[in-house]
Amino acid sequence: MVKEIERAGIPVVHICTVVPISLTVGANRIVPAVAIPYPLGDPNLPAAEEKKLRARLVENCLKALETEVSSQTVFDN
Amino acid sequence: MSKIRVVHYLNQFFAGIGGEEKADHKPELRIGIVGPGMALKKEFGEEAEIVSTIICGDSYFNENLKEASAQILKMIREQKPDIFMAGPAFNAGRYGAACGTICKMVKEELGIPVLSAMYEENPGVDMFRKDLFIIKTADSAAGMRTAAPAMAKLALKLAKKEEIGPPEAEGYHVRGIRKNVFRDKLGSKRAVEMLVKKLKGDEFVTEYPMPQFDNVTPSPAVKDMSRAKLALVTSGGIVPKGNPDRIESSSASKYGKYDISGLAALTSETSETAHGGYDPVYANKDPNRVLPVDALRDMEKSGRIGSLHNYYYSTVGNGTSVANSRAYALEFAHELKNDGVTAVILTST
Repeated sequence: MVKEIERAGIPVVHICTVVPISLTVGANRIVPAVAIPYPLGDPNLPAAEEKKLRARLVENCLKALETEVSSQTVFDN
Repeated sequence: MSKIRVVHYLNQFFAGIGGEEKADHKPELRIGIVGPGMALKKEFGEEAEIVSTIICGDSYFNENLKEASAQILKMIREQKPDIFMAGPAFNAGRYGAACGTICKMVKEELGIPVLSAMYEENPGVDMFRKDLFIIKTADSAAGMRTAAPAMAKLALKLAKKEEIGPPEAEGYHVRGIRKNVFRDKLGSKRAVEMLVKKLKGDEFVTEYPMPQFDNVTPSPAVKDMSRAKLALVTSGGIVPKGNPDRIESSSASKYGKYDISGLAALTSETSETAHGGYDPVYANKDPNRVLPVDALRDMEKSGRIGSLHNYYYSTVGNGTSVANSRAYALEFAHELKNDGVTAVILTST
């Protein structure tokens, strides 16, 4: 799906936990996520902390979309 | 000669421990045969013996790659195997990735032959085909009957250091290895013969298949995020409560387009996951963990982004074929484009 969206000319960031799979599939902008059942959250954190974590991950996604890339890039921070 | 010592790797499901609720099962060593090992034992006869089976949950392995790999390598080393086998993983993506990762590590660290088995669309095949022998299987466990004999046969050959034939003969996924062989006809003659066949419309087999690259050129970056319209897409199966379109929990035959225009956040009242390939407890409790509507609403309010698109698109990426996924996205990517969406965040579980 990532590739077809990109092919349509829309920049797309793939946020997922198993980064090697995303690389194999062919995503160009990749943000590593937390865990498979909760990529953008963490049930072990208090609710407020979890929201902050999610805001940070989404911010990483936005930064990835704002960055020019010429090949597959993992935005890891 | 003593029996060939085999160590076998399985995930929590094939070991009979449990489904997704047990996918965080930590690495465990059991002496002897577990689950699909029985089918291999039958094929091995007196030649080889599965001395132990290592079991690990698919989520635990992929989320704790380093620790899990180190633990599993230690277990395997202590069992002193002559060959290591993992799977078959069929079309289970995380299981395939785990089988491939461990096989490659064992091959490099212990220097023994390794072998796995997967369906051709399992991402583990493209990740590891160059490193390993991966037997071709069907897309579900119904293919165990054909997978087990093929695995056992190649395993014995590998362990006995016999010559391994080409992929078509042995049943493994093409590895991209070229081998020099002597032919009785010159290349020029073979090429002309092939050309004549082609012109006549007869069947012919190329000696040099062209690789199929399917990389997409990255789209330019978003220049002004504060005016951008962002859309959410997910393969994590988030759907309105009750799953109105009845998207299947695996091998999804459709996708859904859902209105979130009035929602400040997803809640357990509004939404749930239809995905059958991960433990749904966390996503059902707070669906924003898979589809971050709440965070994007905050960013919409603060002006970090222009707006969040009124619709999101969702399917279940669990055993869903590549061809189907492509067709879904082809369709909705055009809608997104027509709706003036600037950029997409695609979330996967």
